[in-house]
Amino acid sequence: MKKLVKLRENSGTIRAGRLAKEQEREIIIRPEGGLNRYWRDFWQYRDLLSFLTWRDVLARYKQTVLGVAWSLIRPIVTMVVFTLVFGKLAGLPSGDAPYPVLVYAALLPWQFFSVSVSESGNSLVNNANLITKVYFPRLIIPIGALAVGLVDFLVSVVVYAGLMAYYGFLPDWRIATVPLFLLLAIGVSLGFGLWFAALMVKYRDFRHVLPFLVQVGLFLSPVGFNSAIVPEKWRILYSLNPMVGVIDGFRWALLRGTTPLYLPGVFLSVGLTSIVLWGGIRYFRRTEQAFADVI
Amino acid sequence: MSAIIVEGLGKRYLLSHRGRMVEGYLRDAITSAARSLGRALSLRGKGSGDERDEEFWALSDVSFRIEEGERVGIIGRNGAGKSTLLKILSRITRPTTGEVRIRGRAASLLEVGTGFHGELTGRENIFLNGAILGMTKAEIHRKFDAIVDFSGVERFLDTPVKRYSSGMYVRLAFAVAAHLESDILLVDEVLAVGDAEFQKKCLGKMEDIGKEGRTVLFVSHNMNAIEQLCTKCLLLDKGRLALQSNDVRSVITDYLYGFESGPAVSEWSSSGEEFRNPWFRPVRFAITDGRGRKRPMPVANNEEAWIWVEGEITEADPALKVGYAIFSDDGLLLYWTFHTDLPESKWPALGKGTWILRSRIPPKLLNEGSYRVELIGMLHRRIWLFEPAVNAPGIYMTIWGGLSNSPYWMERRPGLFAPVMEWTASPAGSA
Repeated sequence: MKKLVKLRENSGTIRAGRLAKEQEREIIIRPEGGLNRYWRDFWQYRDLLSFLTWRDVLARYKQTVLGVAWSLIRPIVTMVVFTLVFGKLAGLPSGDAPYPVLVYAALLPWQFFSVSVSESGNSLVNNANLITKVYFPRLIIPIGALAVGLVDFLVSVVVYAGLMAYYGFLPDWRIATVPLFLLLAIGVSLGFGLWFAALMVKYRDFRHVLPFLVQVGLFLSPVGFNSAIVPEKWRILYSLNPMVGVIDGFRWALLRGTTPLYLPGVFLSVGLTSIVLWGGIRYFRRTEQAFADVI
Repeated sequence: MSAIIVEGLGKRYLLSHRGRMVEGYLRDAITSAARSLGRALSLRGKGSGDERDEEFWALSDVSFRIEEGERVGIIGRNGAGKSTLLKILSRITRPTTGEVRIRGRAASLLEVGTGFHGELTGRENIFLNGAILGMTKAEIHRKFDAIVDFSGVERFLDTPVKRYSSGMYVRLAFAVAAHLESDILLVDEVLAVGDAEFQKKCLGKMEDIGKEGRTVLFVSHNMNAIEQLCTKCLLLDKGRLALQSNDVRSVITDYLYGFESGPAVSEWSSSGEEFRNPWFRPVRFAITDGRGRKRPMPVANNEEAWIWVEGEITEADPALKVGYAIFSDDGLLLYWTFHTDLPESKWPALGKGTWILRSRIPPKLLNEGSYRVELIGMLHRRIWLFEPAVNAPGIYMTIWGGLSNSPYWMERRPGLFAPVMEWTASPAGSA
């Protein structure tokens, strides 16, 4: 009998403890709003972010031996072609740096951008099975997809190091600023990636539009040439492409400042990136609720 | 303490005139924008054109309350809104109206193996799937051995799951889900897969989860599982909550036996005019417990049920044959039987007056399903009084449950019949 009473007391305290925990955890589901928990959920699901990233990278490199090779071949071939076309045929200036190094320094951020935007743009549609079957903050998917671009980027960095050694063109202290410009590149890529991901759920044929847009972006960006050749009065207009600031920044940081940094362009890029990213997150969050219904 | 409170929940889907969900294509958006621009320019007003979107309420005005620790079965026909309800509760989709309050951590299992990647190994998929279901890395590490143990695939942990058999795949996936540490578990028809042994293991696991005081919501078409597992049952019909009760069996009964068609039709009574004849005028035809009380449906396969025929004889005729025919729900005739099937000496003697004829429906014979039973009456080789499949009175019977005591035989098997046969074994060479 005594034992029984004791047991009851115990279960009483357990219940009380549980009660407090549960009230804290109350979830309210309504047609609109009530997403105060969103960022807390996002934090709780951080492990999912790392696992999805890890899955994408693993799957990409496991499926084919070409996986790694592909992320090497693409930038190298692009570099060769651009060097021939812009450096040799058009005879554009490259400053003090060898032309291939000039091109490759720009390809680093550009390749990151194009891979990340395509991967995150397609990420929601590719993960439709997850979206219709489990809850988690959907932002995790396009953010996780950026990582594939990041891995490709790291592979390319190794190639770039070899290239610099070959031409004996070593960087100076400015290389320490690369992470800042990489951060900017991540911002641009995520901003556009979120827009494209959400739009692709809504408009299926966007899938065919995206590669085209990325292709156009390549020619609008100073990848094959130095943006210093753009006439001064058009420079600010040219910098409306946020990747211009990113690429210029990478060149300045990696090529010992042989191409001077056009600061208004960098600031414009930071401003535009913030706008695109902020708008992207907002649009994504607003449409996110209906993803499972339309995907 | 309520774990889940649902009030006035509704979910509307829009179907476009093409009959698909509204989403669409960029080209459509552009052409329709151009068209509406054209309309605005030509000032023809806002004619709706062909943009007629059709509404479809997958759920409407659903309210219920689930207490902590209840195990709730959700049943209903396809398209009744069961899955939509689970999707709203698991926050995959938003409701159009109403509100849900959930206390505690909810985990949902709407599909076995969500996010499994064929190229990854079993070990890798445990981590991936665990994270998708909402577990943290530390939690998965802690549960890893238990998961592997439950799944029984430890030998293949480092094999890519694309090489797994479907059974192994399902076992591994369920094992991960079964070790979720949530207060509320939402499960959608996952037991439809896997072999019988594993299904039993799953049911057992879910029962344990319920006993731990955790709340379980379980959507299934497997009525045995629902009855075995649940303490409460919700019946959805066309998006509405048709019934809810703690008497699980009664809800299941109503579902199987047609809550739509009104009162159960396991009984037929004459209004006094039908089949008027001097030899045998049927008064009542029913499935009973043997003492004339209407037998509640469904009847378990191993339970007794009696055909009860009450009729009035004003002119006795030795050629009279009364019996019944039984049809499966797709119209296949199973058998006929008459009260004159035994040797003549054993026939029940019928004279003038009102008689009750009874016949026991053999237990352990019919498979799960619904059956139509029709009365037969005739004067042998002379006239039909009432002819089955032509004009005979018919009643319905549902057989469900009680198939066997075998752990390997939990649910309906193929075939018309479900007899329990005896098997023996002896060492080869001895017989």
